[in-house]
Amino acid sequence: MVDVTPGSRDAVPPAEVPDVELYHPHSWWTTYVFSQDAKVIAIQYAGTAMAIGFVALVLSWLMRLQLGFPGTFDFITPEAYYQFITMHGMIMVVYLLTALFLGGFGNYLIPLMVGARDMVFPYANMLSYWIYLLAVLVLVASFFAPGGPTGAGWTLYPPQAILSGTPGGQDWGILLMLFSLILFIIGFTMGGLNYVVTVLQARARGMTLMRLPLTVWGIFTATVMALLAFPALFVACVMMLFDRLLGTSFFMPALVEMGEQLSYGGGSPILFQHLFWFFGHPEVYIVALPAFGIVSDLISTHARKNIFGYRMMVWAIVAIGALSFIVWAHHMYVSGMHPYFGFFFATTTLIIAVPTAIKVYNWVLTLWRGDIHLSLPMLFALAFIVTFVNGGLTGLFLGNVVVDVPLSDTMFVVAHFHMVMGVAPIMVIFGAIYHWYPKITGRMLNDAMGHFHFWVTFIGAYAIFFPMHYVGLVGVPRRYPELGETAFIPDSVHDLNAFITVAALIVGFAQMVFLFNLFWSLRYGKEAGGNPWRATTLEWQTPQTPPAHGNWGKELPVVYRWAYDYSVPGAPQDFIAQNDPGPPNLPRHA
Amino acid sequence: MSVILVFLLVIAGIAGWWLSQQRLMSKPWLEHGPDVAFAQEDVTGMPTAKIGLGVFLAVVGALFALFASAYFMRMELSDWQAPPVPRLLWLNTGILFLSSVALHCAVLASRNDEIRTTRLALITGGLTALAFLAGQLLAWRELAAAGYFVDSNPANGFFYLLTGMHGLHILGGLVALALTTYRTWTKPLDGRLKLGVELCAMYWHFLLFIWVAVLVLLAGWASDFIDICRQLLS
Ligand code: HEM
Ligand SMILES: [Cu+2]
Repeated sequence: MVDVTPGSRDAVPPAEVPDVELYHPHSWWTTYVFSQDAKVIAIQYAGTAMAIGFVALVLSWLMRLQLGFPGTFDFITPEAYYQFITMHGMIMVVYLLTALFLGGFGNYLIPLMVGARDMVFPYANMLSYWIYLLAVLVLVASFFAPGGPTGAGWTLYPPQAILSGTPGGQDWGILLMLFSLILFIIGFTMGGLNYVVTVLQARARGMTLMRLPLTVWGIFTATVMALLAFPALFVACVMMLFDRLLGTSFFMPALVEMGEQLSYGGGSPILFQHLFWFFGHPEVYIVALPAFGIVSDLISTHARKNIFGYRMMVWAIVAIGALSFIVWAHHMYVSGMHPYFGFFFATTTLIIAVPTAIKVYNWVLTLWRGDIHLSLPMLFALAFIVTFVNGGLTGLFLGNVVVDVPLSDTMFVVAHFHMVMGVAPIMVIFGAIYHWYPKITGRMLNDAMGHFHFWVTFIGAYAIFFPMHYVGLVGVPRRYPELGETAFIPDSVHDLNAFITVAALIVGFAQMVFLFNLFWSLRYGKEAGGNPWRATTLEWQTPQTPPAHGNWGKELPVVYRWAYDYSVPGAPQDFIAQNDPGPPNLPRHA
Repeated sequence: MSVILVFLLVIAGIAGWWLSQQRLMSKPWLEHGPDVAFAQEDVTGMPTAKIGLGVFLAVVGALFALFASAYFMRMELSDWQAPPVPRLLWLNTGILFLSSVALHCAVLASRNDEIRTTRLALITGGLTALAFLAGQLLAWRELAAAGYFVDSNPANGFFYLLTGMHGLHILGGLVALALTTYRTWTKPLDGRLKLGVELCAMYWHFLLFIWVAVLVLLAGWASDFIDICRQLLS
């Protein structure tokens, strides 16, 4: 233990206030609309992401209505169903989860948690949001374009994506989708540079990398991954645009459509799949790593215990980030690849399970003999762990080629990925909102509404997705709007489908309560004070709540310890903030 | 996908080297107090903007590495027929090289506080880059006139795609360069402005490197090289 003698502690000079050219807004417009303050940008990002996420939620109701009660709703044609699936999937993964975790939480938390005044490139940060908004608007526009949005599936596989048989294939749908994605990637790159370089360059004095809260580690690593993975989607989109608009044959094989030979020939749809999944798999972890980081902090704070195995947690995050770039082809087992390739990718896929499992053990061991407060953030964190383990286990099934081949493209896969990258990260998002809302607004979210929201969402999510595993095992394919008179499908499946639909509608209703709570508590919520959870990390130590422009007072904080000094024996309180020099002669603890 | 994997390996190497300097083995729960943590090693000592540009160049590098990966994968298929490389491209390469040299001179001049030479070099750099772009457009016209349209063969498609992407990046760089040049009139030649000039030069050198890589790809030398390697291995 390296202890500091009391004398030398006082001798530390306050962090000099460097003459940062902090941008100062001059008008209402530049304060709230074209703001360069990361906190405002964060709220803009989060608001936009939730608004478009709401669209995706409504689309899921429509799909479920069709699946649960086929034939009842005339306006849900098979074409419409494909469009709903596609937009639902793409919005959820890219425009909601990625934008909310990185653009929303990243912007809000990184500067505050590392003790900076703002992001390092505020102007690019602002542009990032506005380009994101433009991307969302272009996406929304496709709902109103002739032919409607694309129905190619969120994977946008060619050749069908740009053929006339697919909704939007020869109309505006696919074009707007591709343009929107390209915009999103450009916008994200501007924001991503900020998140990475701020962590690298703007940490407060004393904030070594190994003192960063795991939230920052998660978001940081996810951003690095996103910066390297999104270009693959960019390349795929640009090349598909060439195929669609200029008639090249990068991806398009020779085709006969409606008895007519198309001018395409020789291209490789598999090439697209490689590019897409080179982005697509890391994307799963781009969403998961911030969730991992945030959940670690939630658990530690609400169990009043230091995180178990901090170093291991950091290494695991980095290891997962690196490994996730060499597993992409497990999405292509059924594309006719060489068996040795399949073997290789199955192996790497299973190897990733090791650092992931380490993280799960460490969360559980953090809880072990902790002083667990079942506050809303903790409830959601626990729900995350359970759900993630669940989805992770079915992932191990699917990672094996022999198991995946029969299950590929069944509802089992849909159940798996909803558990692991749908429900699990969403649980963390809710937990994080309940946790940080007091800092963002100065008021607590209403507890009663919160509990209602939690229990309905948690139990409801299982009511939706547990039966779906069974439906998939029976052999129900995914992306089928209707099963019809299929001999191998027992009646129980139809009943289950109706049940799932009812559950989905109830869960959807619970989200309305949550939204209402967000607005209601703005006015009527309990006053929170600066640090209602008695947490150690810097964002809770700001002089004002909500933090003012520039985050800190005249002086930047100085960091004396890691982020997890909870229940330190001998300390006057059960937590010691990171910027607290601490009582003299604190007994050692290990 | 081998090109992008090699690229990522390089990035991973850099990241690993950097992480190895960050005391990832330390036990933060045992270390309190600022003295321990004020280890100066966590300050990179480089200007923030430079690091930002470095990260951005990594992203651009990944982008072109992915294009190259796609190029190699598509090339394997039977319908591939590479177009002839227009002679003009060699001239363009020379011009872009001159442009890079000019910006390098600008950096040297700005370090010596020679404001007029700096301006001159910056403007030369900008104009030569514009000439490069014009040359690229001419090369496109030449190819199209010879009947190598974008949709007649995937190799042609890649030709237009890669040169176009590279051109767009130059165009973006020109905006930054124009701003910096403008500032040499309106602002004093202080550390900030010098940094701006340096960053422009850094970007230019990188794009020159990318261009050479693209040219090697389009001229077919890259695949020749790989063939030779294969023969050596087997
Ligand atoms: C109340 C919550 C949700 C419900 C009821 C729901 C329901 C559905 C349904 C019915 C499908 C189509 C299955 C098929 O026929 O193939 C689907 C597809 C999908 N969902 Fe969800 N979903 C929900 C939340 C989410 C979330 C949070 C995500 C975020 C990752 C997500 C991502 C996807 C993706 C990627 C697809 C695949 C789209 C495709 O096949 O192209 N969903 N969802
Ligand atoms: Cu995957």
